[in-house]
Amino acid sequence: MAKQRAQAGTRQTAPRRARGAPAEHAVRAVAPLPQRPDSAVIRDALGVGVAVGLSGFAFGVTSAGAGLSVWQSCALSLLVFTGASQFALVGALAAGGNPLTAAAGAFFLGVRNAFYGLRLSAVLGYRGAVRPLAAHWIIDETSAVALAQPDRRSARLGFTVTGLSLYVLWNLTTLGGALGARALGDTDAWGLDAAGPAVFVALLAPMLRSTVERCTAGLAVLLLLVTLPLVPAGVPVLLAALAAPVVLAVHGRRRRAPAPGEAIPEAPVPQERAGASHDAAKEDRA
Amino acid sequence: MTVWIAIGATAVGCYLVKFLGLSAPAGLLERPLVRRLAALLPVALLAALTAQETFSEGRHLLLDAKAAGVAAAVVALLLRAPFLLIVAVAVAVTAGVRALGG
Repeated sequence: MAKQRAQAGTRQTAPRRARGAPAEHAVRAVAPLPQRPDSAVIRDALGVGVAVGLSGFAFGVTSAGAGLSVWQSCALSLLVFTGASQFALVGALAAGGNPLTAAAGAFFLGVRNAFYGLRLSAVLGYRGAVRPLAAHWIIDETSAVALAQPDRRSARLGFTVTGLSLYVLWNLTTLGGALGARALGDTDAWGLDAAGPAVFVALLAPMLRSTVERCTAGLAVLLLLVTLPLVPAGVPVLLAALAAPVVLAVHGRRRRAPAPGEAIPEAPVPQERAGASHDAAKEDRA
Repeated sequence: MTVWIAIGATAVGCYLVKFLGLSAPAGLLERPLVRRLAALLPVALLAALTAQETFSEGRHLLLDAKAAGVAAAVVALLLRAPFLLIVAVAVAVTAGVRALGG
């Protein structure tokens, strides 16, 4: 199964599904993919849910270090439940920022979840009372796992298992981290601040399947590094997001100008002669 | 109290964008441009977040042990290590480089 899926992808070097990190390219595979066994979906979902869920410990520790109480740290993980926004908020509060400015930065970071939701609504097809509940679990990891599945059944299973395992663990480890922060002392000495970016790298890598994605990622990094010292916290990530429309616009313009030797679309063929002219067209080309 | 205001505002805002995305009309997705943009935005955001968390502290750019840790994570990724191991490698290498005074 893993082999077939890898072949369906566009790159030989695409990381294997078994790694646990989501393979975005599977979403675009042209051939109808064979149904995945539930066990494979659950294994991938738990791999992501457990790994990222445990990093709630780093959040609990960071939050406590920023001066938030145990209750406040836990409230963030229970109610906000989107890691980057939570880290951004406690960072801004620790720096002595105005609460609404701090919240604005965290909110802007959370805007990306709207775009995940936009893609997920068609894939998951949730209706009625389930939808507002499912919305709370829409984050990088649940979206990546769900969107990597070949059909709705697997997508729902992947979304639910990732969401449940991540939500439960993230909240438990937030509590543990907040309580244990004093015992641990300097959390940076334990390298826990590298967990966040490592998670992002592992999520991003399978998405970089073509030049368009790689250019977007490169431009986003450039925009971020240039604007970071100049604008308020939270804004550089939003400016970097402009890399997506910019690369799309440039790419679209290039494609509109037909390259030399590019195939000219065939004219519609009258129904009764369809077979014959199709063969003729083939001979012409050969 | 100001902390609770910040928590409340963030919780409401972050939930609303999640819900709005999930409840947007399906027709919106059928437009190719919107679909391509929705697919490409996470790439830009994740790349930016990676760079931000790796190379900055507050509003200052810096190159420290974290960069070594994330570089090690990329190597682990290329060697097709499991997800948890990628994160563990980043944490261990960062801690190791810091212990050595990096």
